[in-house]
Amino acid sequence: MSAAMESARTLAMGENETTGGARQSVGAPFGRAMVKLGQSRPEVVGLTADLGKYTDIVPFRDAFPERFFNVGMAEQNLVAVAAGLARTGKIPFATTYGVFATRRAFDFVAIALAHSHLNVKIVAGLPGLTTGYGGTHQAIEDLALMRMIPGLTIIDPCDATEIEAATLAIADHDGPVYMRLLRGAVPVVLEPGYRFEIGKARKLRDGKDVGIISTGLMTERAIDAAAALEQRGISAGVLHVPTIKPFDANAVAEFASSVGRVVTAENHVVVGGLASLVVETLFDAGIQRKVTRIGLPDRYIECGAVPTLQQRYGLTTAAMTATIAALA
Amino acid sequence: MPRNSPPADPDIDALRARATMLRRHMLTMARGQGAGYVGQGLGIADVLAALYFHELRYDPHNVAWTERDRFLLSTGHYSIALWAALAEAGIIPVEELVTYGADGSRLEMSTLDTTPGVELIGGSLGHGLGQAVGQALGLRLDRSEARVFVELSDGEMQEGSTWEAAMSASHFRLDGLVALIDCNGIQADGPVVLDMEPVGDKWRAFGWETFEIDGNDLEAVTGALASARHRNGRPKAIVLRTLPGKGVKRIESSEKSHFFRVDVAQWDSIIADFEQSVGAGA
Ligand SMILES: Cc1ncc(C[n+]2csc(CCOP(=O)(O)OP(=O)(O)O)c2C)c(N)n1
Repeated sequence: MSAAMESARTLAMGENETTGGARQSVGAPFGRAMVKLGQSRPEVVGLTADLGKYTDIVPFRDAFPERFFNVGMAEQNLVAVAAGLARTGKIPFATTYGVFATRRAFDFVAIALAHSHLNVKIVAGLPGLTTGYGGTHQAIEDLALMRMIPGLTIIDPCDATEIEAATLAIADHDGPVYMRLLRGAVPVVLEPGYRFEIGKARKLRDGKDVGIISTGLMTERAIDAAAALEQRGISAGVLHVPTIKPFDANAVAEFASSVGRVVTAENHVVVGGLASLVVETLFDAGIQRKVTRIGLPDRYIECGAVPTLQQRYGLTTAAMTATIAALA
Repeated sequence: MPRNSPPADPDIDALRARATMLRRHMLTMARGQGAGYVGQGLGIADVLAALYFHELRYDPHNVAWTERDRFLLSTGHYSIALWAALAEAGIIPVEELVTYGADGSRLEMSTLDTTPGVELIGGSLGHGLGQAVGQALGLRLDRSEARVFVELSDGEMQEGSTWEAAMSASHFRLDGLVALIDCNGIQADGPVVLDMEPVGDKWRAFGWETFEIDGNDLEAVTGALASARHRNGRPKAIVLRTLPGKGVKRIESSEKSHFFRVDVAQWDSIIADFEQSVGAGA
């Protein structure tokens, strides 16, 4: 079988969705951070709903078996149990896939956690288009859904460094959090010295023609697309926005004002997530810029190999570069 | 097409041959992409053989026939078994099976209802039983004799939705509803992580007429299906004890994993061993 055919298949649930980049990667950065946390903070507990192996929490389970609870495949109960643990002073980290944490357990997240501002961290695998399993497994609207919940902090990290840093930071933050997870071998994208802070956007590259505002794994592609655009004489800056809520409106407004036009890039539908937040922010600040939205269309995505699907929906570096070059 | 009844006496030898064909198809599918949920598929092969080649009333030339018995595969990633059965039944071409899990194939790793013969989208687990209750209610309103069969896994019994549906089925006295519960002893994180026993007592307590059988014994399976035909005001639960990988020694004895992947050379030798074992047994 040819290499091309070999890659053109739907990966199984447990397999790693590497994007094939040239960067170094770190294995299970979330699991590493959880072990660190477990050592320094005895009140940190881990939970999963039969997806421990698939959400990188196994290192924590193995290090602290008495502080780890697998509730079986029962996501509503996962969130309810985490809420109960939080009421006894624990800091629960509960893992499942994004689709199940949001769609299946939404009422529990909204009422059991957020209404009482309980200190639970939901860590959600397979964000956006990172699985070829089709609509049942692709969490393409999770940011939009979660954004509507008052007081919920929402993080979409972009690389291994940020996952580790954000895991530690959300443990220090008192309140409910929804964090998207990149699992397995996760690339290192951010430069050494990058500092993650909840609620803060970071400019990763200066530019004047186009300003790319990105979140999650799209930031890696934004950086690479900006480099490719420079070769074509287009100056593109990159603002990375890992915290979706609370949103860093000041940084977004300032960045947008400094460029000719704005492009948003998210691993999510283009309604209700980052693009909507940026447009609302610019409107509120009275900043007039054309905004081009890179992300998924408002429909269910089919099954297939992840690289094929990401190319089809314009999420690859090449597709993004072409989209932006065509704007000029 | 008029509905008829399933034959009183199952032809066990013929069903055994069908089950072997289903297993052969599944190995072909898994070899195509090198991997798949083949352990689960092989485990449920005998039940699907008994359903598609004995118990279910359907028209392979018209999957939308309104009087058909419905078969809902709730556990979407068991699709490999359903594709094998649909191909063997003549609903989809056998030649298409090698595309299982490939880019652009309609034989997905996890079912979508856009493929002919599929009655629900199955990948978000815990949906099947409730949708089966709705179909059974709808068919009863239409005064149809068609019945509704729904497969669900031991993992799906951990979802609250399953028990909400179980309560409603007995409340509505849906005696044309048959749940086939595949207790294969595994789930995503390994062996079942929450003890679900005693499974039969749970269904009985929820008002279901319950049978507990070896799901790899065709006589037991056809016998339970025959008993489940009675229209006695109660939904029927058939608790199936199945062996993941059943019939393929190397998969039976592998670490009981949720997902099975080996290289093509190993698939070839697994398939050769399988052919030898069924040849010898026949
Ligand atoms: C609602 C929901 N939660 C979680 C998952 C992820 N998942 C897929 S298969 C699986 C294991 C379920 O166990 P079981 O259904 O018994 O399957 P088996 O291991 O026998 O294939 C899980 C947790 C899912 N598909 N749907």
